[in-house]
Amino acid sequence: MNIKQWSVLSLFIFCCAMSLQAQDIAKGKKIYATRCLVCHQADGGGVPNMNAPLDGASNVVGNNIARLVRIIKKGYNEKIALDGFYYSNAMTANPDLSDADIANVLSYVRTSWSNSASKITVAQVQAAKSKK
Amino acid sequence: MKTVKQILVIVLLAVAAQLQAQNNAGLKLPNGFKATLFADTIGSARHIAITQNGVIFAKLMYPNKAGKSIVRLEDANKDGVADKVTGWANYGGTGIFVSGKKLFATSDNDVYLYQLNENDEVVNPLTPKTIVKGLIARNQHASKSITLDGQNNVYVNIGAYSNACQEKDRSPGSKGMMPCPILDSAGGIWKFDGNKENQVYGDGIRYATGLRNVVGLDWNTTTNSLFVTQHGRDQLNSFYPKLYTDAQNAELPAETMYEIKEGDNAGWPYVYFDPYQKKKIVSPEYGGDGMKEGGENAINPTVFFPAHMAPNALLFYTGNQFPEKYKNGAFIAFHGSWNRAPLPQEGYFVAFVPFKNGKPNGEWEIFANGFSGLSGDEKVTNPRKAKARPCGLAQGPDGSLYVSDDSRGSIFKISYSK
Ligand code: HEC
Repeated sequence: MNIKQWSVLSLFIFCCAMSLQAQDIAKGKKIYATRCLVCHQADGGGVPNMNAPLDGASNVVGNNIARLVRIIKKGYNEKIALDGFYYSNAMTANPDLSDADIANVLSYVRTSWSNSASKITVAQVQAAKSKK
Repeated sequence: MKTVKQILVIVLLAVAAQLQAQNNAGLKLPNGFKATLFADTIGSARHIAITQNGVIFAKLMYPNKAGKSIVRLEDANKDGVADKVTGWANYGGTGIFVSGKKLFATSDNDVYLYQLNENDEVVNPLTPKTIVKGLIARNQHASKSITLDGQNNVYVNIGAYSNACQEKDRSPGSKGMMPCPILDSAGGIWKFDGNKENQVYGDGIRYATGLRNVVGLDWNTTTNSLFVTQHGRDQLNSFYPKLYTDAQNAELPAETMYEIKEGDNAGWPYVYFDPYQKKKIVSPEYGGDGMKEGGENAINPTVFFPAHMAPNALLFYTGNQFPEKYKNGAFIAFHGSWNRAPLPQEGYFVAFVPFKNGKPNGEWEIFANGFSGLSGDEKVTNPRKAKARPCGLAQGPDGSLYVSDDSRGSIFKISYSK
């Protein structure tokens, strides 16, 4: 292959990768709209003292992926301060979401609003699950 | 040229000051009413209570920057702005009530009693009497609101730690438990003796049941009975998308005000009140389809309001300052909704319902609006965008109305003059 062919091919691969990623985020956004938005709101800001914010939350953009995966799967209702505040509502469990769904919705919340953390891959979700 | 500029600046400053005074602390009010920002950033002010001398006490959800969770506010120079702000205690909570020189305050588990001196200063900040202890608090609807009846009986709301008493709370398809076991110890109003220390559940009586979560309650001196405002259930669309659209969920069920007699049952979790059919409808968790009626033995609301607006305080106006129309009517502080998403939110205002001879006498209306701080008629779309969220109400000795907010931590004073 000459340089021209190489650059066309790499552009093609790059575009494919981008559209794959974009699709993941779009899927994640859809899951968010049907399952999470009701409590965490369109702006990810949650509801003061009731539903935790996801936008700007240190845990959400943090490195404890296993915890995030567990919260999505099992739901969450504990009297533990999140960035200094307590949230009274009980989060719904999502036992029926696939590993890919979980990766997509977590990728969406970690990269939306003011959040700019890394996306989550299916492999990370699976690794997190095996950790328990 | 310079003098012209200077004059212009002076005129502009004067106009700005004038506007500031006229802007009623950002609130929109009926003609003849004005508001001042009585206090700001005092902490997450839930309910407020006021003494005969006009000293205000606010119960905070969290200790404030000074580490205090009961704040005392005094306006010594009577300019409509608190000039002496102090505090004590370190437990969060919602309920507070003044009866003469007695001050009752609640944590999410207990009811405490403090003594005030002749200047309405707390005598025993570190050693309150414990009137009631060990009430259930399991995150959801854990805050305890209180009122007294003039006979020194304390009425406490114990909210249900659940949305609709499903086997698995807030889970699609999970059935409602029959009978709902939560009602034994929550989901109602309990009555205790305000003079007796260390009472537990067994010392009180379950005064009313079937109330999911009452945050506003007040004793009506015209009817000599208790009135409460309930937060209706959430998420009909999330769990039953085949029965309820997002738009239907935004309007169902009604937020409700009830007049309560001892032994009453308001129907939660088995039924909810539909504001369009004006009926008690069987909850889908208990086999309802959005149409089937139920709750034959449950009481009907005295007044109902649009869904999810969160009526956090109720106050019957007995003052003489406001026009005749307001006498003995009900003010309701609506904290503002979250469960109307993806539709715009509602509430974030103080409403009024006229009453005559202890019965509603006309439609409810918005009394004070603009707490959210959004411009014009812009609706709150995301709750965290609302600057202030009305949460508590108190009537001053001169008949002014005070409104507290737990978001920005402000107290507004609303007065009327012809
Ligand atoms: C019924 C309301 C509700 C729904 C629906 C809901 N959540 Fe939550 N979520 C909460 C509440 C309440 C908390 C905080 C719980 C606590 O503190 O005990 C929370 C916490 C979280 C946290 C942890 C935040 C932190 O700072 O640690 C994450 C992540 C999260 N939710 C993501 C989601 C996602 C993704 C969805 C959709 C799949 C979702 N939630 C659906 C109410 C909800």
